[in-house]
Amino acid sequence: MERIPILKLGDALLVTIQVDMHDRLVTNLQEDLTEKIVAHNARGVLIDISALEIVDSFIGRMLDNIAAVSRILDARTVVVGMRPAVAITLVELGLTLAGVQTALNVERGMELIRRDSEQLLIADDAPAV
Amino acid sequence: MEQADTLAIRTSDDVVRVRQEVRARAIQIGLSLVDQTKLVTAASELARNTLDHAGGGQVFMQPVLEAGRRGLRLTFEDSGPGIPDIQLALKDGYTTGTGLGLGLSGSRRLCNEFSIESTVGVGTKITIARWK
Repeated sequence: MERIPILKLGDALLVTIQVDMHDRLVTNLQEDLTEKIVAHNARGVLIDISALEIVDSFIGRMLDNIAAVSRILDARTVVVGMRPAVAITLVELGLTLAGVQTALNVERGMELIRRDSEQLLIADDAPAV
Repeated sequence: MEQADTLAIRTSDDVVRVRQEVRARAIQIGLSLVDQTKLVTAASELARNTLDHAGGGQVFMQPVLEAGRRGLRLTFEDSGPGIPDIQLALKDGYTTGTGLGLGLSGSRRLCNEFSIESTVGVGTKITIARWK
């Protein structure tokens, strides 16, 4: 069965989308990701879309769904590497990706996820009031 | 004028092919990268609509030259159930399926020209164009 590879990167999982996604591939990815979030105790999911020439509402919905499910599993989703022309088009299309965080590249996305985990650690250390 | 071509839309893979073919023609007529992206995105939305709502159909791709301007015109045709209320279907967020309801309204915003003809029980024809 066709699948998109998911790599472990520190506390996070990295998915690089390089092909035109069709329905079956999307379903597989969502299932694989949720399993790996739990298996690796992941704090975040980075989705690299720098290879995508367009993002339509089908892909937009996939990103939103992944973010929603990850959030319930206590992981943050960051979409990285969106091309400028894609960003312009998305806004005009009316797709705001409200539930998804974005970063310019993988490093910046990792930073967001790391900062999140550190804040959690600080909160855990704080004395109970 | 360049040759027009028709592509069938029957499977999810055909939607991918429509995107590739529209991109190639948009590059050929010299659309900017942003305009290419807008047109290909609109084509992807409409091709998926054709598949999801009508079970398939076809797209006709025609490079055009009008008043000295070059452009690409795409016509999506299906023999599906048709759209009973076009005004409603063009509203952001309105959907009869499981999508986001941005296919029609969004692709209208992404193009310079947009028209719909639809007859319930007969089918739907949507024409879009993007000019250089």
